[in-house]
Amino acid sequence: MDDLYREVIIEHYKNPSYRGKLDPHDISFADNNPLCGDHIQIDLRVDSGGIVTEAMFDGHGCAISQASADLLMESIIGKPLEEVKKLNKDSVLELLGIDLGPVRLKCALLSLKVLKAGVYGLGEASDSLVE
Amino acid sequence: MTLDIEKIRKDFPILERETRPGVRVTYLDSTATSQKPVQVIEAMNDYYRRSNANIHRGVHTLAEEATSMYESAREKIAKFINASSSREVIYTRNTTESINLIAYSWGRANLKTGDLVILTEMEHHSNLVPWHMLQAERGIELEFIPVTEDGLLDLETYKTLLDRRPKLVSFTHMSNVLGTINPAAEIIRMGHEVGAVVLVDGAQSVPHLKVDMQTLDADFYAFSAHKMCGPTGIGALYGKTVLLESMPPFLGGGDMIKEVKLRSFRPNTLPHKFEAGTPAIAEAVGFGAAVDYLSTVGMERIAAHEHEVTEYALDRLEEIPGVKLFGPSADKKGGVAAFTLEGVHPHDVAQILDQDGIAVRAGHHCAQPLHEKFGIPATSRASFYLYNTKEEVDLLVSGIYKVKEMFG
Repeated sequence: MDDLYREVIIEHYKNPSYRGKLDPHDISFADNNPLCGDHIQIDLRVDSGGIVTEAMFDGHGCAISQASADLLMESIIGKPLEEVKKLNKDSVLELLGIDLGPVRLKCALLSLKVLKAGVYGLGEASDSLVE
Repeated sequence: MTLDIEKIRKDFPILERETRPGVRVTYLDSTATSQKPVQVIEAMNDYYRRSNANIHRGVHTLAEEATSMYESAREKIAKFINASSSREVIYTRNTTESINLIAYSWGRANLKTGDLVILTEMEHHSNLVPWHMLQAERGIELEFIPVTEDGLLDLETYKTLLDRRPKLVSFTHMSNVLGTINPAAEIIRMGHEVGAVVLVDGAQSVPHLKVDMQTLDADFYAFSAHKMCGPTGIGALYGKTVLLESMPPFLGGGDMIKEVKLRSFRPNTLPHKFEAGTPAIAEAVGFGAAVDYLSTVGMERIAAHEHEVTEYALDRLEEIPGVKLFGPSADKKGGVAAFTLEGVHPHDVAQILDQDGIAVRAGHHCAQPLHEKFGIPATSRASFYLYNTKEEVDLLVSGIYKVKEMFG
């Protein structure tokens, strides 16, 4: 079988460490992938120095979208928001450790789009945020 | 009465395709688009190699040949659905454009604020959005025939909605998700009893069932070539002559006119009145070849074969723990099996099946409200056509067991 479904992806999909909501939170944003109806919400707590102290995601979607959200949360905790703003497509693919076709790339990048739209305080999670 | 399946499969060159080394494609996505037989591919090739020219008004040999091929395809299509005349068959791009044509032309001429249009909860987006757009513009009202838990239309509610005297009833003959074959003749008759005009979305029915405009008595009937072994980019709108004649034109331009002055025009007669600009000529030729192909095989035989494969598929899928099927039993539906697999997103199901060459579709299949009704964001959908076999169903079933194992 292709390594698209590497054990680490299935594991993060089935047993995510960062699934849930943060209340209160400093940043919260949610959006859908209109192609497949996947939905992701991301909540962050940020300290006075602009460092992400806690991060959680919630929603539903395929293994690729959910695993990448979990891995993304893990990777940004302890990082300054300025660094989060610099994350792009390659950062997510590196976390997943796989290469993806154009269709599944949308699944993988949904959480990063939502995260960056939240951090920038935008109304919509657009594709241009992750290119 | 049975199909010579080996012979039929040989007509479709793509079925020999390997999607990865040693893995032959198992195409279970004909509801999205069907594959094309060599007869259609060659007819289109031949048109471009021998007869290509613009149609109508040309007097040279090629133009005459192209015109006659374009128009004889229309006659074949008219005969295929038993229209009373080929003037009642308008070429469009696809079912979506056919429905938009009605909303734009008939709708704007006949619907005003407060007028009721009845649709159903199982419609494809193509039979929802044109009416949403007209609602925003004209203030028409929309009501929906509900879908029951087992995937049928609730005709009792339809009866009460009819008391409100709708101007138009528009519904799908066969659902692209549930596979439900709706009792079209009955729905049409009931609509006519209260004076409504009735439009039918036949995108899924014309490819799979024998449809007859005389017995159905639909006012308008829309369908696409690409789902019935023909090319993409062409579809048809059937309409009763008296209605089509009363309607204003759709797009304006060449071919749809009888006469043009600087400040006015007179529209052409049917069917050209609704066909502005150079149309999809090669595609019309391919459409005609597709109709010839299906007629030669025989629609009754195709329907019987699909029923056998579908019944087998539903039985086998039902046995898999965690699989939930949507839609009615095999006797009330066409060759569609939409399902969910517990704990696994439909995208993952489709992606893992693809590793074994099995092509199924995952998502909401352009019927988001229907999925919402069943409380799910998406389904996986396997669909069957004349070239599919029970062996392919077996491959699908073992593929799903593989998915279960991976996500176990």
